[in-house]
Amino acid sequence: MASISIQHLVKKYGDGFPAVNDVSIDIADGEFMILVGPSGCGKSTLLRMIVGLEDISSGDLKIGDRRVNDLAPRDRNLAMVFQNYALYPHLTVYENIAFPLRLAKKDNAEVDKLVKEAAATLELEEHLQRKPGNLSGGQRQRVAMGRAIVRQADAFLFDEPLSNLDAKLRGQMRTEISRLQKKLGITTVYVTHDQTEAMTLGDRVAVLKRGILQQLATPRELYDNPGNLFVAGFIGSPPMNFLPVEVDGTSAKLPFGSVELPADKAQKVAGRGLLIAGIRPEHFEDASLTDGSGGSTFQAKVDVVEWLGNETYAYIPFEAPPEVAKQLHQLEKDLDGEAMRTQLVITLDGASRIKEGETAEISVDASKMHFFDPATGENLTVDPANAGQIPGAAVPA
Amino acid sequence: MSTKARAGTVAGTSVGFVVIMIWCLLPVAWIISLSFKSTAETGAGSPQFLPKDGTLDNYKTLLGVGKLSDGSEPDPAVSHDFLHALINSFGVALIATLLSVVFATLAAYAIARLEFKGKRLVLSLALAIAMFPVVSLVGPLFDMWRTFHLFNTWPGLIIPYMTFTLPLAIWTLSAFFREIPWEMEQAAQVDGATSWQAFRKVIVPLAAPGVFTAAILTFFFAWNEFVLAISLTSTTDSRTVPAQMSFFVGADPFNPPYGQLATASVVVTVPIIVIVLLFQRKIVAGLTSGAVKG
Repeated sequence: MASISIQHLVKKYGDGFPAVNDVSIDIADGEFMILVGPSGCGKSTLLRMIVGLEDISSGDLKIGDRRVNDLAPRDRNLAMVFQNYALYPHLTVYENIAFPLRLAKKDNAEVDKLVKEAAATLELEEHLQRKPGNLSGGQRQRVAMGRAIVRQADAFLFDEPLSNLDAKLRGQMRTEISRLQKKLGITTVYVTHDQTEAMTLGDRVAVLKRGILQQLATPRELYDNPGNLFVAGFIGSPPMNFLPVEVDGTSAKLPFGSVELPADKAQKVAGRGLLIAGIRPEHFEDASLTDGSGGSTFQAKVDVVEWLGNETYAYIPFEAPPEVAKQLHQLEKDLDGEAMRTQLVITLDGASRIKEGETAEISVDASKMHFFDPATGENLTVDPANAGQIPGAAVPA
Repeated sequence: MSTKARAGTVAGTSVGFVVIMIWCLLPVAWIISLSFKSTAETGAGSPQFLPKDGTLDNYKTLLGVGKLSDGSEPDPAVSHDFLHALINSFGVALIATLLSVVFATLAAYAIARLEFKGKRLVLSLALAIAMFPVVSLVGPLFDMWRTFHLFNTWPGLIIPYMTFTLPLAIWTLSAFFREIPWEMEQAAQVDGATSWQAFRKVIVPLAAPGVFTAAILTFFFAWNEFVLAISLTSTTDSRTVPAQMSFFVGADPFNPPYGQLATASVVVTVPIIVIVLLFQRKIVAGLTSGAVKG
């Protein structure tokens, strides 16, 4: 077991494009670190650089106290679970799990003991003599994990291990991985594009965009204090709403009306002109269901309502000025999204009786609003003490 | 489709099947039948399909065992030559196959996995060689082999056979290698294997169907080849069966020993059938199923 230290790691391909650009992450011994981001953000490349399947263009990679930049994968003592499992189809489950031990020239008795242990942990005992081709997706996934845990590696690396499973199995395996990691207490780096996995599994989460580390923080910090527009839009489902806003004193002018801001927030963004406001869907509420004390209210025409039982999603389209619209459009592209229009998504209580096409009275909790610079995307109202590391921030945390 | 139409299709398929089978197997049956006929019978003006009185004389003569039906010893010269040719055939074909498959496996792996300059050139050249007419090389090869003292030797046949079968083997195998996911060997390397171990323990077993396909094709070529075999050999030291058969002229030039020729054909076909039946089990399509999500 060991810590992993990533210092200014760069991966440049032949055409000079940096797939990973100056990323620094310190992963503590036993920590569960998530690398997350939309496709093409360099998260898998970074993982493959750690395991040694990609060369490191520059920077330092240390496992424990050893600099491993130039070591072959087999000398790094890391275990990896691949996205498509990469089981050896010509070997039985037993031999698949035993493969690393056989390569390490362990004697048969020890191999047998370790394989049996791993199989017991993963409940694979009854499948040991079968071939991977005859197993279900979840079983294959467990065999791949068995091959990883059998050899007492310094760290586990997972490359989107659940993306090939159906939704139900994914949930179960997610819990299973979390339990296994806690039990073994082994340093883990986990790549995913799924923010639910990122939020639920990770001790800390590194959000990447186009090869650049955006923010490195705990899931809660990421959610409450996103460092910039990209992190804010990426973390959370349904995503954070972005609205054009002009702050005048303590009053913020939104497309639907003005809301009153707390003094400290208003002070941070005073005199900045046109900004982007970020408000999470759950910070809105049907005003008829609140007791009237919950901040400002505004009137808006609800376009579509989706009732889910415990809660209701309401959609309210709005027009954005061109400079904000351009930034929001770019953000949508960065997030792999395909939203056609600028609209507000709000989460209402399931008891809300608002209907489609109605003009409703909506209240908003202005104290939870974030303000982003439309030019840089930086969060102007971030609380640096509770936001982890934000490498790109103008004022370092 | 209605039941009637389906029955019609089945009937049509069966008829077509039978016609094709007869078309393909009639010559084989004819050769087998010939091999049991005596010289007198094959020399007769209008031979019938089945032998009138079947005899094993041809087999005894060729293999040099037992006594002929008229009580005399079989001609030792014939069996000596034939058995030598058979040994040559086996030796040349097996060695050419082995070397060709080993080289082709390594070359195909490099072509499938590595990016290097001139990869396309190598592949196109290989294809060009495969399309080159063998006959046009006989003259130059004859001169070269005489100078290099390779004329009438096993290597003198093995080298050209390899040259002509390598391209096909490389193309077949590189197609197989390309089908194997990269992750397989990356997983092996992470698990602690060297590149060579990953290749030997993971890639080669997975490419086994391709390796056997290439081996069979190479063996067929080397086993059946005639033009080079007759041109680059002069004695039974290295002459293979197809070439040796052209020397079955018998005592009377106007009455060639058809029975013996047919017998030699039968004997020389048996190993091919055995090998195909053996390797057929190994050529299991979809061996990689289950390696990755699929």
